[in-house]
Amino acid sequence: MREIATENDSVVRFESVGLRYGQGPEILQDITFALPPGSFHFLTGPSGAGKSSLLSLMYVAQRPSRGMVALFGRDVSAARRKSLPAIRRRLGVVFQEFRLLDHLSTLDNVALPLRVAGVSEDEIKKHVPELLAWVGLANHLHSKPPTLSGGQKQRVAIARAVINRPELLLADEPTGNVDDRIAMRLLHLFVELNKLGTTVVIATHNDRLVRRFRFPRMHLEFGQLAFFEPSGDSDTLEEG
Amino acid sequence: MFRHRSDLPLGHDTTSHFLPGMVGAMVFLAAIALAGAMVLQMVMDRWQRDVSGTLTVQVMPVTGEPARAATETGRRVDAAVEVLLATPGVGAARPLDQQQIAELLEPWLGSREVLVDLPVPRLIDVTIRPGFSVDLVALGSRLTAVAPGTSLDDHQVWLSKLVRLGHGLELLALAVVGLVAAAMAATVVYATRTGLAVHRPVIEVLHLIGAQDDYIARQFAHRSLVLGLRGGLVGLALAGPVLGGIGWLTARMEGALVPDFSLGPLHWAALAALPVAAGYLAMLTARITVHRTLARMP
Repeated sequence: MREIATENDSVVRFESVGLRYGQGPEILQDITFALPPGSFHFLTGPSGAGKSSLLSLMYVAQRPSRGMVALFGRDVSAARRKSLPAIRRRLGVVFQEFRLLDHLSTLDNVALPLRVAGVSEDEIKKHVPELLAWVGLANHLHSKPPTLSGGQKQRVAIARAVINRPELLLADEPTGNVDDRIAMRLLHLFVELNKLGTTVVIATHNDRLVRRFRFPRMHLEFGQLAFFEPSGDSDTLEEG
Repeated sequence: MFRHRSDLPLGHDTTSHFLPGMVGAMVFLAAIALAGAMVLQMVMDRWQRDVSGTLTVQVMPVTGEPARAATETGRRVDAAVEVLLATPGVGAARPLDQQQIAELLEPWLGSREVLVDLPVPRLIDVTIRPGFSVDLVALGSRLTAVAPGTSLDDHQVWLSKLVRLGHGLELLALAVVGLVAAAMAATVVYATRTGLAVHRPVIEVLHLIGAQDDYIARQFAHRSLVLGLRGGLVGLALAGPVLGGIGWLTARMEGALVPDFSLGPLHWAALAALPVAAGYLAMLTARITVHRTLARMP
């Protein structure tokens, strides 16, 4: 994994990235951008535009077909498997389909990133119930995901993504299954994390959230990415 | 046994049911084979201990008129004993009397009355002092000078054949233990690969939140250790009474043809180590298998 020169020590940097599945067409074409530390971006675009694929490149679930992806100043496009866990521990990811472990309790699901990182059980018992109480799941510490509602699962997934205070938080439709009140509460959690220095990217279809929280927007359509500054209903286009 | 928190639901796998059974059967076979090898080793040690340091001198009987022939044969035996006792290194030379020879031949030739009339050779049991070696060729020449037709047997010919056979059987038994270990390792590899395939979605999540391969490998290894130990203890519990039964049966048989099958404390300790060895083999195999399989993932 080589060090690369980055503008402003970008947390995420894409250079001419293309992605195709098998022999199919490129669903992401020539994506080039850099996210500075502490930034907050929404990722919007129609269904099937490739938002989840773009996020999966950021959390290194897959490698680009071409171009270069760098995280925290390190090229991960062709990084060796062994070097990935250290990178991934600096990330928090909320998956669209939650990807909770059904056989583990809510508490154990949220504790996973800490256990993987070797955090002591005392610390885990102290911090995890606290966070679960904050997301409104204090009474479900020992419930298993199959017994939870969609919204509750989503909150567990979010708690798991933020429990280790990630440097980069990637969330794929994190408010898709909750009502507006909970959605606002969760967004405030992300904003609080962002204030503490976490770089945040949230893929969403929720226009109300995008307008309410006036953060820059990355818009993905036809495989191309465009950046928009927050300006209420009259967004302005920036080159991506 | 060994409560251990696991992020993978390995306890519900089918392998949790069949692996202890397989390991149990294999440890049972390994215990029988290992006990056989140890008994053979004991028997061979005893043969060598009993036979080394001894010689048998065979004085041919003189033929002719019975009374004179007996006297002459007796004189030759005495002369041979004198030669033997005069040889440096010889501790004792004890001629076997007619009755002892008859007892030795009785199983093959029948009643002792028949033997009285037969011209059977006279035997001298010679003991060599520890640390001494005797020039058998020179001793043989001196013996034939005083007692023509006398032969010398240091038991090496039949002993070496027996020892060779014993070593062959011992190697065979150890090969069976090795084969059992290899079969067990192959079973664990199969079970672990199946587990990895079944739990792939969970493993992907663990990877995505930063788990190293070893974090996952340790969980499979611990599970295999527990299952291997559990199966090994069952196998040993089955083998114990079987070996004890064989020992009891052989102890009841008369004659020296069937070796004594009673195992000592050290032998039982070696057998008791089999479940531990099985557990550790399962653990190591699972760990290596997980690392190798995950290393091939993108």
